[in-house]
Order: sequence, then structure tokens, then C-alpha cells
Amino acid sequence: MPVLARWIEAAGIPTVVVTMMPAVAEERRAPRIVGVEFPFGHSFGMPGDKAMQRRVLELALRVLAGAAAFRTRVDIDIEWPVPLRDAYKAWQPKEASPIVKKLLATWGRA
Amino acid sequence: MWAPFEKRLQASRIALLTSAGLYLKASQPKFDVVREQDNPEWGDPSWRSIPAGADAAEIGVAHLHINDQDILADPEIALPARMLSELASEGVVGGATAEHLSVMGYQDRGLEDWRLLTLPALVGVLRDRQADGLILAPA
Repeated sequence: MPVLARWIEAAGIPTVVVTMMPAVAEERRAPRIVGVEFPFGHSFGMPGDKAMQRRVLELALRVLAGAAAFRTRVDIDIEWPVPLRDAYKAWQPKEASPIVKKLLATWGRA
Repeated sequence: MWAPFEKRLQASRIALLTSAGLYLKASQPKFDVVREQDNPEWGDPSWRSIPAGADAAEIGVAHLHINDQDILADPEIALPARMLSELASEGVVGGATAEHLSVMGYQDRGLEDWRLLTLPALVGVLRDRQADGLILAPA
């Protein structure tokens, strides 16, 4: 996604990436970054929590329009309301993805 | 590469892009998760246009690497189209594009298909819709 942001930016359209992995986005040179310490699949917050979603979206807009330099990063100060250990279990897909199944099978044979 | 944001936010039209594999159940094909099952290194590089006014009930999720339960319950956590329209009606932003963009974030490492096929299409839509800026949210 940081790479896609860079390409779109190269076409002249300013971008901001809202991401659970801001360090990776920095490393991959995303032009503007908003870091969220949320589980995967939840870039803008908890389902049904409009106030939280609004805070993330407003920060993204401010960083998009206001960042003074390439690779500006702002991390949002919101704590996930569920203990992250439980939250991380919950964002796993119900069934392992094909690549995970393949890797597990490979490791099983090793 | 850095494209400066030239306009005021209050005069700008903003677009959203999610990589959560969102699609419209009634009118769009799913991202191809069947092919990915057979070829786990591959991910569908295509994209979907999601109208800004789409209802939660119209939206499906095709992404084998995330738990889709919360996104199906409230797609705003991946693509906050309604919240963006709300901010536009309050004058916080000038407007939202009439359609937003969806891709499926699990891609082969080279990203060749994204670069050669999907990127030009996405940029074309953003230009047609006169987007002044794009918010991307990886799933």
C-alpha cells in the first residue's frame, strides 16, 4: 500500500496512508502517514464507533492537507478499547489463508 | 516523490481507497479468492469502484487474510465514505468523490500487475473524478 501511494503521488495526486504498520510505511517511503495502533482490518476504528472513526478520518485529512514535508508521520493517540492480545486473536481470519496453510504444510514436512 | 497539497482542505475533493477487498455483492465479481486457494503466492490485482452512497448491506468482502466480520457489520472502519460525506456537508472538506476505490491487499511481491494494470486505471478514475487528494487505508 505505501508503494501504491507513492505511485499515485508520482501521478500528481497527494496521498496519505492510514496504517497499523507506520514503521513499514516509513521504510517504504509513503509520502504521508497516519499510524493507528488498531487490529488489522480496522483502519478507522471500532465498528459502530462513529466518534473514533471521525477522529481518525479528521487526522488523516489534516495530515494530507497540512504535512509540511515528504514522509510526515503522525500517530493517533487512541488506545484500542479491547486488550490488544484478545483483539489480535479476533482479527485472524476464521480459516488460515492459503499461503499460511502452504507454509504450515511445508514446515510440517521439514 | 511528493505531490504538494495545493488547495485548502475546505475547497478540496477527497477520495478513499481501501485494500480490504470490498466489492458490491449485486453487481461486481468478488476478488478471485478461488484462484488464490490454488495458487497461494498469487493475489487478485483487480480493483472495484464503490459508490460513495453504498449501503453496508450491499458490500461484500473478499480477502482471505483478515477477519471480515467487523467490516461486514460496519464497512466504515475500512472505507469511511459516509463519514467523509458528513464532513463534506459540515464544510470540513470541500467534497467527496462520487465513487471510492477498493483493491485486495494481498499481492505478489513484484506488484507488476498492480503497477501495469491497476495503477493506470485508479489514476484515471481519480483524475476523472477530480480528486485533489487520496486517503489510502491498508486492511
